[in-house]
Amino acid sequence: MNDGLLLSMRGISKAFPGVQALLNVDFSLHKGEIHALMGENGAGKSTLIKVLTGVYELESGEIRLDGIDHPVVNHSPQEAQTNGISTVYQEVNLCPNLTVAENLFLGRQPKKHGLIDWKTINRKSSEILRSLDISAEPGKPLGECSLAIQQMIAIARAVDMQCRVLILDEPTSSLDDEEVEKLFALMRKLRGEGVGIIFVTHFLDQVYEVCDRITVLRNGELVGDYEVEKLPRVQLVAKMLGKEFDDLADIKSERQGSGAATEPVIEAKGLTHAGTIKPFDLTINQGEIIGLTGLLGSGRSELVRTIYGADRPTGGTLKVKGKAVNITKPLDAMKNNMAYLPEDRKRDGVIADLSVRENIILALQAKRGMFHLMSRKEMEEAADRYINLLEIKTPDREKPVGSLSGGNQQKVILGRWLLTNPDYLILDEPTRGIDIGTKTEIQKLVLKMADEGKTVTFISSEIEEMLRTCSRIAVLRDGLKVGELTGDDLTQVRIMQTIAGNQTDKEASETDGKEGADV
Amino acid sequence: MKKTTGFDWKKITHSRFFMPIVCLLLVLLVNVIQTPNFFAVSINNGVLYGYLVDIINRASELVILAVGMTLVTASSGGQDISVGAVMAVAASICCQILSGGAVSTNTLMAPIIIAFIAALVASMICGAFNGFLVSVLGIQPMVATLILFTAGRGIAQLVTKGQITYVRVDAYKVMGGYIGKCPIPTPVFFAIGVVIVVNLILKKTALGLYIESVGSNGSASRLMGLNSTRIKFLTYVILGLLSGIAGVVASSRIYSADANNIGLNLEMDAILAVALGGNNLSGGKFNLVGSVIGAYTIQALTTTLYAMKVSADQLPVYKAIVVIIIVVLQSPTFQKKIRAMRHGKAVAVNAG
Amino acid sequence: MLGKLTRAAKEKKPSAVAFLLLITILLFVVMYAVGMVVFADKGFARPQMFMNLFISNAGLIVIGCGLTIVMITGGIDISVGSVTALVCMVAADLMEHKGMSAGMALLSALLIGLAFGLVQGYLVSYLDIQPFIVTLAGLFFGRGMTAVVSTDMIAVKNPQFLQWANAKIELPIGYTNRNGAFIPAYIYPTVVVALVVVVVISIMLRRSKFGRSLYAIGGNQQSAVLMGLNVRKVKMQAYVLDGLLAGLGGFLFCLNSCAGFVEQAKGLEMDAISASVIGGTLLSGGVGTVIGTLFGVLIKGTIGSLITTQGTLSSWWVRIVLSALLCFFIVLQAIIAGVGGKKLKK
Repeated sequence: MNDGLLLSMRGISKAFPGVQALLNVDFSLHKGEIHALMGENGAGKSTLIKVLTGVYELESGEIRLDGIDHPVVNHSPQEAQTNGISTVYQEVNLCPNLTVAENLFLGRQPKKHGLIDWKTINRKSSEILRSLDISAEPGKPLGECSLAIQQMIAIARAVDMQCRVLILDEPTSSLDDEEVEKLFALMRKLRGEGVGIIFVTHFLDQVYEVCDRITVLRNGELVGDYEVEKLPRVQLVAKMLGKEFDDLADIKSERQGSGAATEPVIEAKGLTHAGTIKPFDLTINQGEIIGLTGLLGSGRSELVRTIYGADRPTGGTLKVKGKAVNITKPLDAMKNNMAYLPEDRKRDGVIADLSVRENIILALQAKRGMFHLMSRKEMEEAADRYINLLEIKTPDREKPVGSLSGGNQQKVILGRWLLTNPDYLILDEPTRGIDIGTKTEIQKLVLKMADEGKTVTFISSEIEEMLRTCSRIAVLRDGLKVGELTGDDLTQVRIMQTIAGNQTDKEASETDGKEGADV
Repeated sequence: MKKTTGFDWKKITHSRFFMPIVCLLLVLLVNVIQTPNFFAVSINNGVLYGYLVDIINRASELVILAVGMTLVTASSGGQDISVGAVMAVAASICCQILSGGAVSTNTLMAPIIIAFIAALVASMICGAFNGFLVSVLGIQPMVATLILFTAGRGIAQLVTKGQITYVRVDAYKVMGGYIGKCPIPTPVFFAIGVVIVVNLILKKTALGLYIESVGSNGSASRLMGLNSTRIKFLTYVILGLLSGIAGVVASSRIYSADANNIGLNLEMDAILAVALGGNNLSGGKFNLVGSVIGAYTIQALTTTLYAMKVSADQLPVYKAIVVIIIVVLQSPTFQKKIRAMRHGKAVAVNAG
Repeated sequence: MLGKLTRAAKEKKPSAVAFLLLITILLFVVMYAVGMVVFADKGFARPQMFMNLFISNAGLIVIGCGLTIVMITGGIDISVGSVTALVCMVAADLMEHKGMSAGMALLSALLIGLAFGLVQGYLVSYLDIQPFIVTLAGLFFGRGMTAVVSTDMIAVKNPQFLQWANAKIELPIGYTNRNGAFIPAYIYPTVVVALVVVVVISIMLRRSKFGRSLYAIGGNQQSAVLMGLNVRKVKMQAYVLDGLLAGLGGFLFCLNSCAGFVEQAKGLEMDAISASVIGGTLLSGGVGTVIGTLFGVLIKGTIGSLITTQGTLSSWWVRIVLSALLCFFIVLQAIIAGVGGKKLKK
């Protein structure tokens, strides 16, 4: 059995304050294998990778590599690299100001007479690029290459540095189909050369197109290790979602009862922000929860940012409650009773240095204007109200919000927006990176808000989560809104089909049927 | 684990609040040991007299600058190093208007209020220039203000035509001297006035909160409807205005505009005051009172060093050392290293 | 979305930089040509006038090279003017009051630079303190120490030193005066040293691992770490080298002024930074050449020559024009390369 086994991780555990990120997880990788690592957000995929590459300290468990007769512990990505483990991220970690060739050889440049031998670098680079069928000029600055090429160059660098385990962490998220194909060609080529590839992705299609094996994680635990041919899509989805699947069905049915169409709150016609989102029409009715989905980089966040004025619209019209409005900055949107919970909590959400109280009242204060400062009492009451209402766990309201856990930070931001009493809430990935309990709480809160007549746009990369909460889902692809699904069309498969846009009918009906049988 | 972090936070807020006072007391202690009559205040020629009075009086310009520097630091996470030069610009414009363009004058050629306002407008323009570079173009504050740091005194020289302009009129000496029979020096009133007015603005409007919000997370602030560009810009204009006031006061003390020496090295003192006041030099939450105490501490230190026969030219050596000690203590990396050392395990500190 | 924006900004970088350098060279040629035409009667067109640019700015060229090195890593050093003053003062004091040789003075200059480089480098690279604050303290420390050594001006009369300072190296170019005699243009040894430094640093930046690491760190520090570079060590080395060059440049400066006094080289940090920025070094790091910096220094020198030759303008104009030019280039960088927004997001 040991034949061809390249990497084996046994009983890996890792805990963070408040969260058990990994519990007793096993993972193994063979030579010449493309191995998908699948799971919802928060399943523990990136933690596992980070433990393997030495970004996180190994807490318990054992990592063994082929050819090394003792357990391996990597303390840094560099150390992992010398052990033959390289990672290529979605955000390329190369230097954009240097040339392609130089990026390939940085830190290990060949020398002649004590000086860097540029001729050799460029010649060898050409050879490497040619051998891997990467169409890039060695002399071109990396920043001028497309993202796909940049990623391939990162891979080429890893391969040329004798990497045996290549980790691709969501490399396809911002690539178009053609670029993805090129990347896959490269992956297959490397597989043929005996490299073991760990492929982290959200996209089922891609898994079935290129992978040999699948390891599924859920809530930090191992669900199983499967051969691709023996695991139909629907089963994969079920394994990823696990027991929760039944829960959502329940909530879902509840939801179906309440959302009767009323008057429109948001009517966008041909709204666009040049370069990020193509003109789209979107009508959202009062009390409705509309979901936005699409691959990362498909324009879901960009669409709501344009409505909210975070990105200034470059065309189209927007009506709020039937009145034409001109929203060019967030404050305009806020004055039209909109609220926006951004995707990146750390960067765009919390003001880490400020207290819970200040974080909660800031949006309302900004709405009121500089010269109408809320009284201390008013602030404290508002803060206490939402700390209680949302069950924010904090020792007291004057704690810096940065000292709270992720889920509680998210609740603070939610409280911030609820305080402004908005008619329309945009929630961009409100449940990302927070613990399961808080996740469910937030989902329930969203449903409650809709029942109270608030209008919500809900974005999540967890489709099942949206199925649970939304009565309608709009799908985006490449910055274009490509469809809306309601009623019976609201299934995982339909959504995936719309996202992919090119699945064959046969395949579709097949999976549909299977799902029907399964659920 | 959770308990220790909670305790640490408390400790940090505490030390932040107490650091400026502790430093001040330390400096005062040294003084008392050196000069036993340090706290003695007497009345000479109808005005208050003594070491303490001298410190409070001399610190006035620095207090004014420190107030503005605190706001700029909080909003933009950087410091304005042009304040001294802007003081010189304001002083030279003020004196030049009062002297009607002559090198020296014994009668006022224009009402003081006109000259005062003109000087303030000029300094606000300087502040606006810095603010534009920082907030609109997003240039690092110190690089942006480096431009006026060097060009400012040149501009002041051009205004005074390379001379020292004297305004030998008693009315002009009031701002740096005494009002009528009041025994307290006028600059003290300026300093107190500025502190009170700015504090009132911060207490009565949301500006303080906005500044802290923008300084600690500009991107999030924008999405909450705050115009971070405008708020940053505003803090630079305020600092410009305050530098102007400080410049005129400084020039009134010596009833002249000495473009080379007015406000010399004060940028360093102002930054030092902000740091001593327990403020994080990379922005966010601020402590205005801390900065004011910091400013008095610096002046006390300066006076002490003078008393120890350190020349004005040599002062920066000591202040530079104090600055480095403070920023090292503030550095998270340094704190991490100390903690690691305490825990007795070598933690490899990786960049990024 | 952000990724795309950053990408767009980064994509622009290389071409934008070539563009900036082109502007600089063009600016220099135009400025100098205008001077040659307008002030032809005042000897602006003579080769010696050109050589004087190098003679009076030899120290600045070396200091500018050092600054370019730290700026490529994304750092800055504003202590160089004070280091120069301190170096001049200590050298003058050692030679005139302590009876030491010129060689010892040179050694002490390098040691002072090294000390500044080590301390500032450690604080910046190993304690992650903003380089601006660190070197601002360095600026005040250096200036104050100069006053501690002596508050009076010390003129250097050491014969060996003066021989170094005044050894004319005649060049085969020159001009023929009214009497028909050929008067060759000349330079001093300081110019040779400065040009050697430019060449050596230029080769180092282009063809040594250390040089390339500087660019990588300035381009994306995070990537540089992941690509296995010892970022802290390289940054430390950059500041040490910068300090050494400031010490050497300060000594060249002293050879030009032959004196030490407290107010010496005030604002020199500004000249050096301007030269570097005007020469195409990005304030955000990752891009820059010492050849560009050389041109930056020449532009600064030309502005000085033009204003001095013109005769009626105050010498303060040199600094004001230079500041305006720096401001122009900074704004240009901010607009073209999108430096501003990105910097904030980091």
